[in-house]
Amino acid sequence: MARALVNVPKTARQGEVVEIKAMIAHPMETGYRIGPNGSNIPRDIIRRFACTYNGEEVFSADLHPAVSANPFIAFTLVATTSGTIDFTWTDDAGKIQTASAMITVN
Amino acid sequence: MHALWRLAAVGAAAICGIVSAAGIEDGEKRSGFDFMTPETQALQADEMSNPGMLWVLQGEQLWQQAEGRADVACAGCHDDASQTMRGVAARYPAFDAATGRPIDLAGRINSCRAERQQAEPLAPESDALLALTAYVAHQSRGMPITPGTDARLAPFRDNGRRLFQSRIGQLQLSCASCHDDNWGKRLGGSVIPQAHPTGYPLYRLEWQTVGSLQRRLRNCMIGVRAEPFAFGAPELVDLELHLTERASGLLVETPAVRP
Repeated sequence: MARALVNVPKTARQGEVVEIKAMIAHPMETGYRIGPNGSNIPRDIIRRFACTYNGEEVFSADLHPAVSANPFIAFTLVATTSGTIDFTWTDDAGKIQTASAMITVN
Repeated sequence: MHALWRLAAVGAAAICGIVSAAGIEDGEKRSGFDFMTPETQALQADEMSNPGMLWVLQGEQLWQQAEGRADVACAGCHDDASQTMRGVAARYPAFDAATGRPIDLAGRINSCRAERQQAEPLAPESDALLALTAYVAHQSRGMPITPGTDARLAPFRDNGRRLFQSRIGQLQLSCASCHDDNWGKRLGGSVIPQAHPTGYPLYRLEWQTVGSLQRRLRNCMIGVRAEPFAFGAPELVDLELHLTERASGLLVETPAVRP
């Protein structure tokens, strides 16, 4: 089960700058650590985070091994129209986790 | 405010010429939250940025999920956790009549799984067990810790106090050596807190995950180079029992964030 917390204001005024917060549960295993049996723990990180606003990509980030577990990303958007904000996290194996939220602009 | 308290404490100790060996006075009792940087405090206070909430969220899903041969969910018996589980974490560990011993919250969840759901117990420190414990404990957030009053707990609580005050390991330190006698001072770069278990299971930035009070206790034992008790050991539950009595009156913070 995807464990993600996203925070989008429910309502905003036209043109208002709103803060978006997104956090996902992920071990962000660097690939540099050595397990109890002496071999490397395989790398398992989220590579890319992207946010789309009514289908159009408005924010994205490439993540690297130095990012902590359970990455928390906060950024701002200009509220233009009512609609959905979708979030996707893509990991090393290509597995995609998603979350979405609605925003009403008036 | 913090500096003032410390000044007052140092002043009092200097006047009396003694170091408190009997524990912490009620007026001086403070949660580990107060010893953290403002940035870490903000991380805990905001539910949207507190990483422990990811476990609470998972716990909420698990609460609704039918398990075991009985095919029943936690919610099947306990219904709405926000009603039925409110205040439960504030009074645990409680006395378990079946085993004749105190049992902590995670232990209760596993015994419920075995008896009611007829499911395999969850492994200690597994995400599922931490998530369910965090979800149940979160329902008591903001309530004062009120230790169980069952008279049968007394011998176990006394044993917990004895363990708290016993010097162990190669460094020959007891819990009390740091957390009663030297709280507020520094050990390496970190402030020594009073060791009140107000927010377990909690998110430790050092661990990069949520962990239980038992994990924390075992960490401290390894720190003084002692052989730690196994997860679920009766001694650890006795210690938990003493710690909740020691912290009585402080507010439940689950899921707390610590550095």
